[in-house]
Amino acid sequence: MAIFQLKINKKVHKVDVDEDTPLLWVLRDTLDLVGTKYGCGIGQCGACTIHINGVATRSCLLPVSAIHKSEITTIEGLSEKNNHPVQEAWKEIDVPQCGYCQAGQVMTASSFLKENSNPTTEEIREAMHGNICRCASYNRIEKAVALAAKKS
Amino acid sequence: MKLDKMKSQKNTLAFSRRNFLKTSALAGGGMLIGFNLIGACKPEAVMPIDIASLNFNDFNAFIKIADNGIVTIFSPNPEIGQGVKTSMPMIIAEELDVAWKHVHVVQGGLDTKNYKRQVAGGSQSIRSGWDALRTTGATAKKMLINAAAKKWNVDPATCSVSEGIITNQKGDTLGFGDVVKVAATLEVPENVTLKEPEDYKIIGQGKGNVDTHNIISGKPLFGLDYKLEGMLYASVLRPPAFGQKLESFDGTKAKTVNGVVEVLKFGDKIAVLANNTWAAMKGKKAVSAKWESDKKLESTEDHDKILIALLDGDKFKTKREDGAIDEAFATADKIIERTYESPFLPHNCMEPMNFYADVTPEKIHLVGPIQTPEWTMGRVATLLKREKEEIHLEMTRMGGGFGRRLYGDFALEAAEISSLSKKPVKVVFSREDDMTAGTYRPAIKYRIKASIKGGEITGYYLKEAAINSNMYGAIPNFFPAGTIENFKVDAANYKSDITTGAWRAPYTNFLAFAEQSFFDELASELNIDAVQLRLDLLQKVKGTKDKKIKYSGQRMEDTIKLVAKKSNWGKAQPGVYQGFSAYYSHNTHVAEVAEVVMKDGVPVVTKVTVAVDCGIVVNPSGARNQVEGGVIDGIGHAMYGDFSFENGVPQATNFDTYRLIRIQETPSVDVHFVENKLSPTGLGEPGLPPAGGAVANAIKKATGKRLMKQPFIKDLIS
Repeated sequence: MAIFQLKINKKVHKVDVDEDTPLLWVLRDTLDLVGTKYGCGIGQCGACTIHINGVATRSCLLPVSAIHKSEITTIEGLSEKNNHPVQEAWKEIDVPQCGYCQAGQVMTASSFLKENSNPTTEEIREAMHGNICRCASYNRIEKAVALAAKKS
Repeated sequence: MKLDKMKSQKNTLAFSRRNFLKTSALAGGGMLIGFNLIGACKPEAVMPIDIASLNFNDFNAFIKIADNGIVTIFSPNPEIGQGVKTSMPMIIAEELDVAWKHVHVVQGGLDTKNYKRQVAGGSQSIRSGWDALRTTGATAKKMLINAAAKKWNVDPATCSVSEGIITNQKGDTLGFGDVVKVAATLEVPENVTLKEPEDYKIIGQGKGNVDTHNIISGKPLFGLDYKLEGMLYASVLRPPAFGQKLESFDGTKAKTVNGVVEVLKFGDKIAVLANNTWAAMKGKKAVSAKWESDKKLESTEDHDKILIALLDGDKFKTKREDGAIDEAFATADKIIERTYESPFLPHNCMEPMNFYADVTPEKIHLVGPIQTPEWTMGRVATLLKREKEEIHLEMTRMGGGFGRRLYGDFALEAAEISSLSKKPVKVVFSREDDMTAGTYRPAIKYRIKASIKGGEITGYYLKEAAINSNMYGAIPNFFPAGTIENFKVDAANYKSDITTGAWRAPYTNFLAFAEQSFFDELASELNIDAVQLRLDLLQKVKGTKDKKIKYSGQRMEDTIKLVAKKSNWGKAQPGVYQGFSAYYSHNTHVAEVAEVVMKDGVPVVTKVTVAVDCGIVVNPSGARNQVEGGVIDGIGHAMYGDFSFENGVPQATNFDTYRLIRIQETPSVDVHFVENKLSPTGLGEPGLPPAGGAVANAIKKATGKRLMKQPFIKDLIS
């Protein structure tokens, strides 16, 4: 066990966990930030996507000891009033079915749109390719990312 | 919620449409309406019930109308992503005539004593709830009107309602909140008039998923998010191969993992309990175990041989037989026979299986994502030799179901571990556990044989060979039953060690592909357009007197004509290849046209046009979402879904070795609904079955290759 200071959603949290613990489980089990989801544990499904210094990252493979002073953003801290353009677009397009993967989808999309504010459909499909939606709400994800780009 | 102020019902009635409903004034103000959603709406269920003996425990759903006019609807059925938490309350709100923005929806099911027969399965929630939900809303509205009329001293018939406001002839108005206290003391009206579909204001309007805000802001909603102080996480080591048993194990090393609290054996499994998920998972990896088996462990190669031998053999049970099939084949001009093959499939819900249990001498507390709460509660009671009344079960939102969460194995594990360890425990499956300890779609092979004489299909003989169990219920009577004079459906199975069960649109998810591919070949053979062949056949089933046939020739024809029109069937641009498929399942008629183009020598599905007849579309936004997802799910599994066994061990364990469809592989799905005023039917499943056949038929046109085996990808790259 070791003490780590993590900057999450603009607040500093002190946690006492094993060094090899993936950030995902620190967020979920230690800090009760359960919006970040467990899907596969091997970086294949994208359900655990968070931002590290603004860049979409899989938290299931990231040991807590590797984070250092990086700034972590989770779905809970993406916007103050849950009104990020991507969140707004998700509501407007009525994307979710079961909803389990959607926080990860939103985190991937919001990071992508920061890099590319005017993406083509092909670029959206490429950017979102790492996030699985088992309900296959893919048509709406595509539309919602395009709408969010317009809103941003 | 205090129910002690219930108004007693004085009269005793035989079962009628009204005695599923009861109202009560709430201690804190407002009115509570209980209704028995499922018991009341079985069309042929007639049983004498003494209404005076009913109490709120006999109801499985509730509406609460507060003094301020806000309506809370407790949605009783499990939500697995099929959208009933939004659409079922919409039906109540419509007849209640309340503004949708004043409706607050809460997942019911916090107490199994108060909620009964809650199941998500078979796409039946909306179909079976339609009458009860409307009658409940309309009855509550009538009571509110009666209360207002009493206050004004006017005839209730002269009052009108819109968006929760009651108006009399003079133009005076009262809100629902103003009269709810009086309404709760009035007698429940005997007969209520339901709205005509043309008067609907909420039904037919696209309403967003009521949970979207919570979903996209990361609120705890799912079973995996559930947590109580002092709870331990359990990771379970199960036999790696189906058919194996535990010989011995050593948990010493696991106990040295930081955070691990206990290692215990139950049955042939070992549970590692820890104070966080990561430690439990690490601890499980540190357990060493020896497994034994007293018989040959099964491989996919064995299953293939066994199923082919079943098809070649004579151990069938006949599921339907019309005319004289042998004679049709004996006198045929030509006989066509094809064999279609499918693998096992895991469900792969995005939220892995999990369940919380706290078993104490006083009571049993269970919480988690489950499609069959009542059945599971009964099984836990049996397992632990406890009374059902001691069990309190709460349902959470589910990160997908697809049939997997019908089987409460994970809840039973949690209960047993908690009982042994005497601690509150949440069992959490890793993705590997979820994929390798499944209740899979069984591997199935179909052999279909048709006889042709004088340019007509005179005989049709379908044989099913499946692992563990066969098609059931009305499936043998689906299309093409009733359209071909000499007709037979036979089925046989092999009992395997591999556990199998329902998987979104059981049996029809592959049967539809086999049959719809076969009809494409028959159309070529008869030199007739694929759509026209179906339309010609459907004429023969119109007006059938066969009560086993539940699909409608007319509705299927209308659905097919709509998809042909919307897809420009037969008029595709050069380089675009269309494939057609149509299928009735779960009481809903669906027709699909897939479009394929060749990119770098590989067929790519670019678009699917869908026509659906599900009667009245309650929530168009949710309905489209279900169909879009069902079609892409169907294509994804037909194209990539592959799951094999080697000596009982599943060969895929996670998403690096099991391919699910991703956004870049998805076509755009264009959904159209047949407009009618018929009672609504479900949509969670019926969009899926036709998809594989439509794609296979388009790929045949594009490449000349006839796909008869899933997953397609194996044949497309070979």
